[in-house]
Amino acid sequence: MATATLSVTSIHTKLIGAWGRNVVIAIPMVFLLAVFLLPFLVVFKISLSEMDTVFFKDVFSLRDDVVVMTLKFGNYFSLTQDSLYINAYLSSIKIAAITTLVCLGIAYPFAYFMARSPADRRPALLMLVMLPFWTSFLLRVYAWKMLLADNGVFNNAALAMGLIAEPVKMMNTPFSLVLGMVYTYVPFMILPLYANLVKMDLRLLEAALDLGATPWQAFWRITVPLSKSGIIAGSMLVFIPCVGEFVIPELLGGPETLMIGHVLWDEFFSNNDWPMAASVAVVMVGLIIIPLAFFNKYQAESTGGRP
Amino acid sequence: MISKAGRLTSHGWMAAVFVFLYLPIVALIVFSFNASPMVTNWGGFSLRWYAALMDDREIIDGFKLSLRIAFSTGCSSVVLGTLAALTLHRFKRFPGRTLFAGMVNSPLVMPEVIIGLSLLLMLVSLQRLLGFPERGFSTIWLGHTLLGMAYATVVVLSRLQEMSPSLEEAAQDLGALPLQVFFLVTLPMISQAIASAWLLTFTLSLDDVVISAFLNGPGSTTMPITIFSRARLGLSPSVNTVATLTVVVVSIGVLAASVFMSRAEKKRALEMAAAYRKTD
Repeated sequence: MATATLSVTSIHTKLIGAWGRNVVIAIPMVFLLAVFLLPFLVVFKISLSEMDTVFFKDVFSLRDDVVVMTLKFGNYFSLTQDSLYINAYLSSIKIAAITTLVCLGIAYPFAYFMARSPADRRPALLMLVMLPFWTSFLLRVYAWKMLLADNGVFNNAALAMGLIAEPVKMMNTPFSLVLGMVYTYVPFMILPLYANLVKMDLRLLEAALDLGATPWQAFWRITVPLSKSGIIAGSMLVFIPCVGEFVIPELLGGPETLMIGHVLWDEFFSNNDWPMAASVAVVMVGLIIIPLAFFNKYQAESTGGRP
Repeated sequence: MISKAGRLTSHGWMAAVFVFLYLPIVALIVFSFNASPMVTNWGGFSLRWYAALMDDREIIDGFKLSLRIAFSTGCSSVVLGTLAALTLHRFKRFPGRTLFAGMVNSPLVMPEVIIGLSLLLMLVSLQRLLGFPERGFSTIWLGHTLLGMAYATVVVLSRLQEMSPSLEEAAQDLGALPLQVFFLVTLPMISQAIASAWLLTFTLSLDDVVISAFLNGPGSTTMPITIFSRARLGLSPSVNTVATLTVVVVSIGVLAASVFMSRAEKKRALEMAAAYRKTD
């Protein structure tokens, strides 16, 4: 009797288990397929369609009872012909790359020092890095506008102290743009680097020093290679969103710093050319797909998936 | 082992980065009390811009809408994110796992203009086909949830990974059903992570400009959209006051939450220790 009850329960448990497992997987899976993947397919389809007067034509149409597919590659053709688009893509990649390098230069020593500081002080330091991240990013970017403007805080202070005779132009230049980007994205570089460096086995460094390496040699040949995955994760977290960044260039950039996010925005909101905006987006995805694959691979490794 | 010069470099570097991170925030707050309408020319201390804010219908209505969206986003992101984190943590093999992981993680880095545009084009196609949904609250909520879910998954997943599976196994061995194990054992153990994920997605939603700009409809202008359009035109005292209020509320909230959480953590550690002592 007792064994019978037990086996019934265990069958019951298994059934619920299998059913529950499928439900747990299915809910987020269906959501992501519908809200993340499907929209990309729609964008791809629309990028190949033609613009009607107010609306884009459907790629598929019914003519004499036959479904006809009309593909228009003209949008992609104009992307390669018009220097506006090419320049915007190139300058986006350039600015994102510079931002990534500057972030790495600031964040690596910072994360290193943080990981080597006394263990009881680390949570507070971590919290200080995270706190600005919790306050509005939009408002913090606006703050730089206030600091860097021709009549901004920095210029006013320097003028008052007599350091400069007339305001230095800082706003709406590549300088202000990269500064704003670095400012916004540097915590995204610090956090993965710190997470990586804090876990490092310090005995390896001791061994290297015992075997006669100088501290610099030990740093370059042990610490840096061991932190490779943190460097990759941080760089991808900075580089990929920077390529398509819109708000920061809009507030801090200038005429010399046209970026692709702005071009897409303009095609969509000002020109109302949805197929063109879709083409711009498809090419942008093409540009970031390789870094994205790197990022996903790193995330999969850190989340314990099978390679 | 660390030399004096080394310590000086390390402290100096960290201090410089913190100044870099906090200087703009301090400047925002200081100049929100500026009497002069020229934001950066100091004209004496005043609260006039805070008084003006009380009559700023655009900001207040936008704020109410943003709060509603952020609250809903926090809830939906946490539910979906927890399910996604459980999936990634528990089920190492199922068809489409790589695709699943890729789709969960990609919104973390995907430029927002792409997320916004693609969702909008899909929703518009859907609307042509079915007659709904109208753009507004629900469409912005959907977009924010996609982004929020990715962040919530990361937060909950990292907690699941540091958790020891022995408690869940024990509950299972003692005959608890899977749902009982989840609600009585797993959920209490990840509740803090869920709370921080909720707060994080709430603030992300409250802050978002780009996705909202693509997905909003007539009469659904969120606060960040209003602030962004004002900031685009130039410096505006109203933006400084909003910034100061946000910073104050967020700082208090985050500090309170972290104190509360570290207390709960200590209490739990004590309880666990007591439980282990009893079993000895």
